[in-house]
Amino acid sequence: MGLERVDPEPVECDVRTDEILVNMGPQHPSTHGVLRLVLRTDGEVVLEVTPHVGYLHRCAEKIGENLAARQWIPYTDRMDYLAGMNMNLGWALTVEKLLKLEVPERARHLRVLIVELNRIASHLMAAGSFGLDLGSFTPFMYCFREREKILDLFELACGARLTYSYITVGGLMADLPPGWLPKCEAFLKDFEPVIDELHAVLTSNAILIRRSAAVGVLSPEMAIDYGCTGPVLRGSGVAWDLRRHGDPWYTRMYDGYRFEVIAQTAGHYPQDRKYPPVPAVAVLGDSWHRFYVRMLEVVQSMGLVRQALERYGRCPAGIGEPLRLTQKLPKGEVYLETEATKGQMGFMVVSDGSAIPWRVRARSSSFCNLSVLPELCRGCLIGDIPAILGSLDIVLGEIDR
Amino acid sequence: MAEYLKTFLPESYAWLAYTAAAAVHVALLFVLAMMIVAVSNWAERKIAGRLQDRLGPTRVGGRFGWLQSVADGLKLLTKEDLVPAGADRFLFRLAPYLCFCASFSVYLALPMASGWVAQPMNVAVFFVLAVAGLEVLGVILAGYASGSKWSLFGGMREAAQVVSYEVPLALCAAIPVMVAGTMDLVEIGNRQAGGFWQWQIFHDPFTFLTFFVFLTCAVASVNRAPFDLAEAESELVAGFMTEYSGFRWSVFFMAEYASMFAVSVLGAILFFGGWNGPLPVASLLGLTCENHPLAGYLGGLLGLCNLLVKGYLGIIFMMWLRWTLPRLRIDQVMTVCLKYCIPLAAAMLLGAMLWCYALPGGLWAAVENFGG
Repeated sequence: MGLERVDPEPVECDVRTDEILVNMGPQHPSTHGVLRLVLRTDGEVVLEVTPHVGYLHRCAEKIGENLAARQWIPYTDRMDYLAGMNMNLGWALTVEKLLKLEVPERARHLRVLIVELNRIASHLMAAGSFGLDLGSFTPFMYCFREREKILDLFELACGARLTYSYITVGGLMADLPPGWLPKCEAFLKDFEPVIDELHAVLTSNAILIRRSAAVGVLSPEMAIDYGCTGPVLRGSGVAWDLRRHGDPWYTRMYDGYRFEVIAQTAGHYPQDRKYPPVPAVAVLGDSWHRFYVRMLEVVQSMGLVRQALERYGRCPAGIGEPLRLTQKLPKGEVYLETEATKGQMGFMVVSDGSAIPWRVRARSSSFCNLSVLPELCRGCLIGDIPAILGSLDIVLGEIDR
Repeated sequence: MAEYLKTFLPESYAWLAYTAAAAVHVALLFVLAMMIVAVSNWAERKIAGRLQDRLGPTRVGGRFGWLQSVADGLKLLTKEDLVPAGADRFLFRLAPYLCFCASFSVYLALPMASGWVAQPMNVAVFFVLAVAGLEVLGVILAGYASGSKWSLFGGMREAAQVVSYEVPLALCAAIPVMVAGTMDLVEIGNRQAGGFWQWQIFHDPFTFLTFFVFLTCAVASVNRAPFDLAEAESELVAGFMTEYSGFRWSVFFMAEYASMFAVSVLGAILFFGGWNGPLPVASLLGLTCENHPLAGYLGGLLGLCNLLVKGYLGIIFMMWLRWTLPRLRIDQVMTVCLKYCIPLAAAMLLGAMLWCYALPGGLWAAVENFGG
C-alpha cells in the first residue's frame, strides 16, 4: 500500500525553501520613480508581486476643482512629466470640447508638431530606461542626448524644458520663435541615423533579445481586459490607436496626416522603412514587442513631425487666444481620451456653469498598464521584473496624480 | 635582500632580516596594486565617457582628468561610515578586507617580468586560482552580514556564479600549463620568449580557442558585465554592496579592480607570452643578464611595460564590454557556464592533450619540421 501511494506534490515542492518577502522600492533604481513592489519570492523565483502606489499623490484632481480651467494646465504637466505637451493637449481638448471652441488651423498643426516631438522624447526615455533596466547603460545616454535636443527645441518655443504649459485651452501660449523651423528640421536630419544606432545597440542586441523575448507575455485578450492601452496594447498585436480610432473631436486634429497604426497584425509590422527583423524567439505581446512598438513609433512620429512642419509653414498667422480665466464654462460634462505617449489619457470635466469646473477627473493610462504587472510577473525571475516593468513604461506622476 | 640585510645583523636576529625584506616586498606590491586601481578607475571613467558621448567625464578634472580621481577618493573617505542596525557588525566590517586580501594576495605569485616576482612558486598558477577564488568568501560574508535581503540575493548569486565559473576557468588554465609542462608562471612566461609566434595562444588551434573560453570565464569570475549579477543595480539595488558606504565600499571597489588586473595578467602570461613582446626586442638589443646586470634590469623594465600593456588591454576590453552589453539573467549565466563553457573547456583540454602527444612543440615547430 505504502509503495503504491503517489505523492501529490511534485518533487520541486519538497525542496522548496522559505519564502522571502521583500520590498522593491519605493527607493529602488528600476521602479521608475516612487513605486513600491512587494515581492514574495522563493529564492530567485517571484511568486507574487503586489504594486503599491500613492507615494506621489498631490491631489491634482481636487486642485482642478478649485481653479479656472486654464489654470489647471500646469498641473497636467506634472502628471506625465515626460510628455507634458501630450498632457496639456488632453486637458485643452477636453475643455475646448465642452466650450465647442475651435482653434485656428495653424494652432492645430503646431499642436501636432509639438505633441509628436514630445512623443519622440518620451519614447526615447522609455527605450533608454528599458536598456538601463536590463543593465545596458550606454544606450540610455544616447537616448538622453537626443532627448536633450528635443528639450532644447521646446525651451526655444516655450521657455521650459519639462513642465511646458505650452498648449493651452483655446490654442497655444505663443507662436514659434523665428528660426525654430530650420532648427527642428536639422534635428530630424541628425536624428535619422541615430535610430539605426539605437537599433544596433538595443533592438538587435543578442543579450537584450534573450532578456526580453518571451518575458512577460501579455495576450491581446488580457490586455483588453485590464484596460491596457498605448504601446502596451499595440505590442500585443491589437491595432488600436486613438489618433485613428478616437473621438472625432480629437482625431480631426490628425485630418490629412498619413500614418500607420504600429502593431503586428497578420504576422508583420507596417513597413515604411528598414527595421531590424523580429527575432524568432520573440512572442507577440512580450517585453521585446512592447519595446519594438515604441521604437517604430519614434519613426512614425518623425514622419508626422515632418508633415506638420510643412503644413504649419503654409498656414496664416494666428494660433488662437488663450481662454480668459473669468470665462464661464457651459453646463454639462465632457470626457475625452487622447493618445498620449503611455496610452490613452482621459480627462473628464463636469461644469455647473461657473468658470471653475465642478468636477475634474483624469484617467491614467500608466495606472491601467501597471495593473497587469502582477499577472505578468507571476513565476518570473527577479531579473525579469525590471524587464517587464521597463517595457510597461509607467510614470508615477501620472499614476498617483 | 634578506641575505643582504643579514650581513648587518647578528645570527640570532636573522628573522628580522626576513621580516623586513617581506615587508618591503609587500609594500612595493601594495603600491603597485594601488597604482593599478587608481589608473583603472581613471581609465574606466574616461572610457565610459568616450563610449557614451558624455561631456562631463571627458572634460572635467584638470589635465587629463587626474583631479577627478583624487576628488572621488576624498569624497569616499569623508562619507559617513554606516553599519546597519540589523547587520552582524564584526562580519560586516571584516568582509571588505577579506575580499581585498584575496585579490591582493594574488599579486604575490604574479611575475611582472622575468624573475620579477615577490614569491617564486612552482605551483603559481594553482596558487593564483585558489587565492582568487577566496574573494567569493568576502562577498558572501558581505551579503550575509549586511542584514539586507538585497545583499543576501547578491551574495547568493555571487556564490552560485563564481563557484561555477571557477571550474571552466581552471580547466582553461590547465591547458597552457599542460603545454608548458610547468605550473611556474615565470617558467611559462620564459618559454614563450622569441616573438609572438611562440606565444601559447598560437601553439595549436586548441589553445587558440581555449583563450576565448578563458576570456569569458575570466570576465564572469571577476563579476564584470555582462556577468555582474552580484551587484546588478537595476535588480538588486547594489547587490552585496547595498549597505556599504564610504571607505568600506571603496575597499570592495579596489578589490574588483585589483582582481580584474590580476586575471588580465594571468591571461597575458598563460596565452600571450607575458613580458615577452611581439618581437624579441630586448634580446636583440642584448638587454639580458648575461651581458650586464644593468642590461638585465633594463630588459626587465621593458618586459614590465609589455606586461602592463597586455594587462591593460584586458582591462580595457572588460570596460568596453561593460559599457556595451546588457546584463544576462541568472539562469542564462549558469547556462553559459554549465552548458557551454565547461564542455568546451573539457573538449579543448582533450584536444590540446592529443595535439601535444602527436605534434610536441606546437604549430610553429610543426611548420619548421615540415619545411626542414
